[in-house]
Amino acid sequence: MSNMTYAEALIDGLHGCMSEDERVSLIGSFVLGLGPQRHLVDRLRNNFADRINDPPTSEAAAAAAGIGAAMAGDRPFVDIGTASFIFEAWSQITNEAANAYYMSGGQIKTPVTFHMLHGLRGGGAAQHSHSPQAMLFNCPGLEIVLPASPSDVKGLIRSAILSDNPTVVIDHAKLLGLEEDVPKHDYEIPFGKANVRRRGGDATIVATSLTVQTSLEAAEILSQQGIEVEVIDPRTIVPLDKEAIFSSVEKTGRLVVVDEANMSCSIASEIGMIVAEEAFSFLKAPIVRVARPDVPVPFSPPLEEYIATDADKIIAAVKKVAV
Amino acid sequence: MEYQLTHQKSRDILERMLKMRRFEEAVCAVAEDHFFGHYHLYIGQEATGASVIEALDPKDLILTTHRNHGHIIGRGADPGKAMAEILGRADGFNGGRGGTLHLTERSKGFLSTSAVVGGAIGLATGAGYALKRAPGNTISVAFFGDGALEEGTAFEALNLASLWSLPVLFICENNSHGAPGAAAGEYPSSVIAAKELVAIPESLDIRATSVDGADVQAVYAAVAEAIAAIRAGLGPHFIETNTVRWPGSRPLWPELSTGVTDLSAAWDESRISGEHAEWIRGHDPVLRLVRHLIDNGALSIDEVTKIDIDIRDKMMVAKSFSLASPLPEPESALEGVFV
Repeated sequence: MSNMTYAEALIDGLHGCMSEDERVSLIGSFVLGLGPQRHLVDRLRNNFADRINDPPTSEAAAAAAGIGAAMAGDRPFVDIGTASFIFEAWSQITNEAANAYYMSGGQIKTPVTFHMLHGLRGGGAAQHSHSPQAMLFNCPGLEIVLPASPSDVKGLIRSAILSDNPTVVIDHAKLLGLEEDVPKHDYEIPFGKANVRRRGGDATIVATSLTVQTSLEAAEILSQQGIEVEVIDPRTIVPLDKEAIFSSVEKTGRLVVVDEANMSCSIASEIGMIVAEEAFSFLKAPIVRVARPDVPVPFSPPLEEYIATDADKIIAAVKKVAV
Repeated sequence: MEYQLTHQKSRDILERMLKMRRFEEAVCAVAEDHFFGHYHLYIGQEATGASVIEALDPKDLILTTHRNHGHIIGRGADPGKAMAEILGRADGFNGGRGGTLHLTERSKGFLSTSAVVGGAIGLATGAGYALKRAPGNTISVAFFGDGALEEGTAFEALNLASLWSLPVLFICENNSHGAPGAAAGEYPSSVIAAKELVAIPESLDIRATSVDGADVQAVYAAVAEAIAAIRAGLGPHFIETNTVRWPGSRPLWPELSTGVTDLSAAWDESRISGEHAEWIRGHDPVLRLVRHLIDNGALSIDEVTKIDIDIRDKMMVAKSFSLASPLPEPESALEGVFV
């Protein structure tokens, strides 16, 4: 075990894959964004200089390059940068990568991995603060991975690269500095297997990405007030571990779903609906969603804070459903 | 002259072209009784596809578009399975999942067939990225139409291919000549402000050339020279192949307006008549090559007739095979999303 930051764990996972398999290369190297951890990518630049390529400001071409390369036998890791830039590459990801295996009748595999940093990063404003996972959720053919901790990101990145399917790994800039003890060896984390981060009997919280950590903060505060919540981190929304969620709701009878995407058609909306449709008899209260309001992201700090998915909002939601 | 076609190679090219032509005629015939959505025929462009494919190595990868039948059949794919796919039958190459728009055969070196205009350009660039990293000097080829250059992704991908010196051959099949397109209520033709299409790749420092797409020797020579340069590590090349659009591809929906091709029109001009006589006489690449090979003594009338009959028979067998192939099981629609 080694204490490392989320950023270090991410690079560790990437390094492991690149060491083992020459077919793994980077298209786009700003994997850690422009924040204080960005120098950690140098570990990859130093060891695999000839396998790291920075494209021009052409997300569509960068995505297409990764997709075509994957179809031709490589295992490219395409870094899109800020998640909002995915819209430039939308046709490539949703209409080429996602479709190829199905529409070719299984002839064409596309083992490409896309990576980006989503969400409110502080001052990103409307065009640099998207959380597009909810939109991608509605596109069949993509595996969608939302790591929430250092030990998870190391294993999930590896699984993403090893997967024969097109995979979108969506990290959050505010997770990069998080510290945890992480195994030194390389390991995979299977997709479709949720992580029960905290156990409790009074209510279930299902959260993804940064909101997992926010939910755990909220859980500590609630615990001091005598309310014990269970926090479920699906890790991947495609495939989604429905059983883990149903199991928890069966125990607690109460569900709060937390997301950083905009409220309408958020991950929270879909998970809530799945439970309402398939596990209704377990529920003792209506389901409550905590997500961003449907407004473009404002710049000024008090405005951005106002719309953020924070511990207070999660606590209020739990109190609404818990007795 | 370098890359002069031998008689044998010319005959091989003609065979490919005849397979393409007779296959497309069979598709047209089947379409009269079986609806399978909008489709695109390669008639009139065979000289391009056949010559490119003849110059390639079987290991080279191809990305084609919605107008893919010619490329797929020309590279030797089984016409029965191709026709079955077009009809959405279970024995089709894609199991009925793709249809005419996404027809592909991986074992013949085709990757995903994108019907998004310009899609092939990006994917071929990506394939080139992988091929450059791998040992050997295999290349990727993108077939696309003149309209593809209107899409932004096309420009981006050309830029990337040039910057990274990727081993990609871009074949722009300009079939908009003689076709007023959307302005005349016909199937669209390209609309681009550049004075010449090759100005676009040239602006990105990509070597580009423009040839008569109905002239097998011209296409073959340009392609063979480009391929040699690409394999030598000189980066991507762009070839615009120009054809006068086949009259049957001018309306929004294809029509067999020039009829089933009568090869004897190649050696007996009195056989040419009708509304589209001028196209048949001056712009049909199949007849042009037959005429050329017979004039040069590379092929006799009997030989070409026999080759053609064999191919037409094979296409009849393919048609029967495809019509006899079952439709896929409905519930199978939910399978095969992920590996």
